Amino acid sequence: MRPVSGSYSGVPRWVIALAAVGAAFVLLPLAAMVLRVNWAEFVPLVTSESSVAALLLSLRTSLAATALCVVFGVPMALVLARTDFWGQKILRSLVLLPLVLPPVVGGIALLYTFGRRGLLGQTFGLLGIEIAFSTTAVVIAQTFVALPFLVLSLEGALRTVGTRYEAIGATLGASPTTVLRRITLPLVLPAVLSGAVLSFARALGEFGATLTFAGSLQGTTRTLPLEIYLQRETDPDTAVALSLLLVVVAIVIVTLAHRTGAPFRRTTGADS
Amino acid sequence: MPRTSPSGRVVALIGLAALVLTGCATATPAASTPTPSASAAALDGDITVFAAASLKATFTELAASFEAENPGTTVALNFAGSSDLVTQIIEGAPADVFASADTKNMTKLTDESLAAGDPVDFATNVLEIAVPPGNPAGIVDFADLASPDVKLVVCAPEVPCGSATATVAAAADLTLTPVSEESSVTDVLGKVTSGEADAGLVYVTDVTAAGDAVEGIDFAESAEAVNTYPIVALKDSASADVAQAFVDYITGGAGADVLQTAGFGAP
Repeated sequence: MRPVSGSYSGVPRWVIALAAVGAAFVLLPLAAMVLRVNWAEFVPLVTSESSVAALLLSLRTSLAATALCVVFGVPMALVLARTDFWGQKILRSLVLLPLVLPPVVGGIALLYTFGRRGLLGQTFGLLGIEIAFSTTAVVIAQTFVALPFLVLSLEGALRTVGTRYEAIGATLGASPTTVLRRITLPLVLPAVLSGAVLSFARALGEFGATLTFAGSLQGTTRTLPLEIYLQRETDPDTAVALSLLLVVVAIVIVTLAHRTGAPFRRTTGADS
Repeated sequence: MPRTSPSGRVVALIGLAALVLTGCATATPAASTPTPSASAAALDGDITVFAAASLKATFTELAASFEAENPGTTVALNFAGSSDLVTQIIEGAPADVFASADTKNMTKLTDESLAAGDPVDFATNVLEIAVPPGNPAGIVDFADLASPDVKLVVCAPEVPCGSATATVAAAADLTLTPVSEESSVTDVLGKVTSGEADAGLVYVTDVTAAGDAVEGIDFAESAEAVNTYPIVALKDSASADVAQAFVDYITGGAGADVLQTAGFGAP
């Protein structure tokens, strides 16, 4: 029980020991992978035509998926955090379902929705829009699995921030849209950013739903995780090199998310 | 998520742990069942068979009849892509028998000196065109697959079914423009059964196993790429006699009957 820079941080030794085991559990497999990297061939392996195509496709689709997550996720979080209606709890559970669903299940569900014979697929077909085997399918799969990350983190932030400032703004005559634009969104902007970064990271790692729903063709639907899965069949060196590349990108993103999340924690007093 | 109670999370964790534990328990029934010691000649022991995914139906059936004929034995089965399995074995996975869907992956195993003897070929498989029921795109022969209007799904050249596809296409002097190159036959079949694709190239046995979900179209060019399935007992097996007996059972008459019913060819 010793105070560190004003905040309480008395962590028992046994908790630290367990935390160390947990950390080793996460870090050892990464270290084991790095040890297997064929460094002599690393650059040619990750700059091969198929690798670059997969990386660029992954970045492009993940960015598009993140944009969709922000466009739809921010309103979803607002509705969940600021309104009260019958069945809201159930709705929240359902919206967060993609977090716990095996991605393959998500892929099957998407197939039955947007597939050629799916719920909406036939309508799209009549309009001349073919989603199956297109880059659009990849973006849909990524958005599906990444959306809950943004909704979850933003909803938590909205509840923590509370409605005090919003209520004051409203009593001073601001319209709901003005309150949202001038008070709510600036307050939770860091959470929107960190949520978006998390969604991007999840979209980048998306594999199961894409494989099931979108297919796999170089430059069109074969994202980096799918390329790794395929290369592992014949060329483990390339698979390991690309895995490392993905891990590095993920680390950069997670660090970024922490940076953008930090100001938010400071305003709510949870940060030290 | 302030609404989630901590106790709820703990319950979920315990449930998860229980699932994992029971999962392990069913995977190793040998731990709790004492094996009766019969006469010296009777086979006694537990083996784990690593077999190519395409052997799932046949090997499940054959393992059950092998166990029935040899009451002292249990056969645990692990099905996956051949290259996955061979990687796992080389990394030290406890397997007693390996059945590969191609000779290339078997060679990886023998190169590491992990096999107990020479692998024996026990089955062959050729490609067939799979189309959704009713054949919406009206595919008749192999040449139809090259039409730009046909949404064709094949295996990627990196995997065995994909290299067979490339061989067949080259022999027929046909340029295929698939909408997707999948990592496994199962994924190709999935795209056809769901109706997403107009046609897919899979193995004859996959079409047989899929039943009414797809229609198969034989084509003469498939003879250009015949896939051979070898099987071998592994050197480090703790039950070497059971492992070898299982290999003999698969390569023998009973094995041939079941495999040929499923659509496999004789080696």
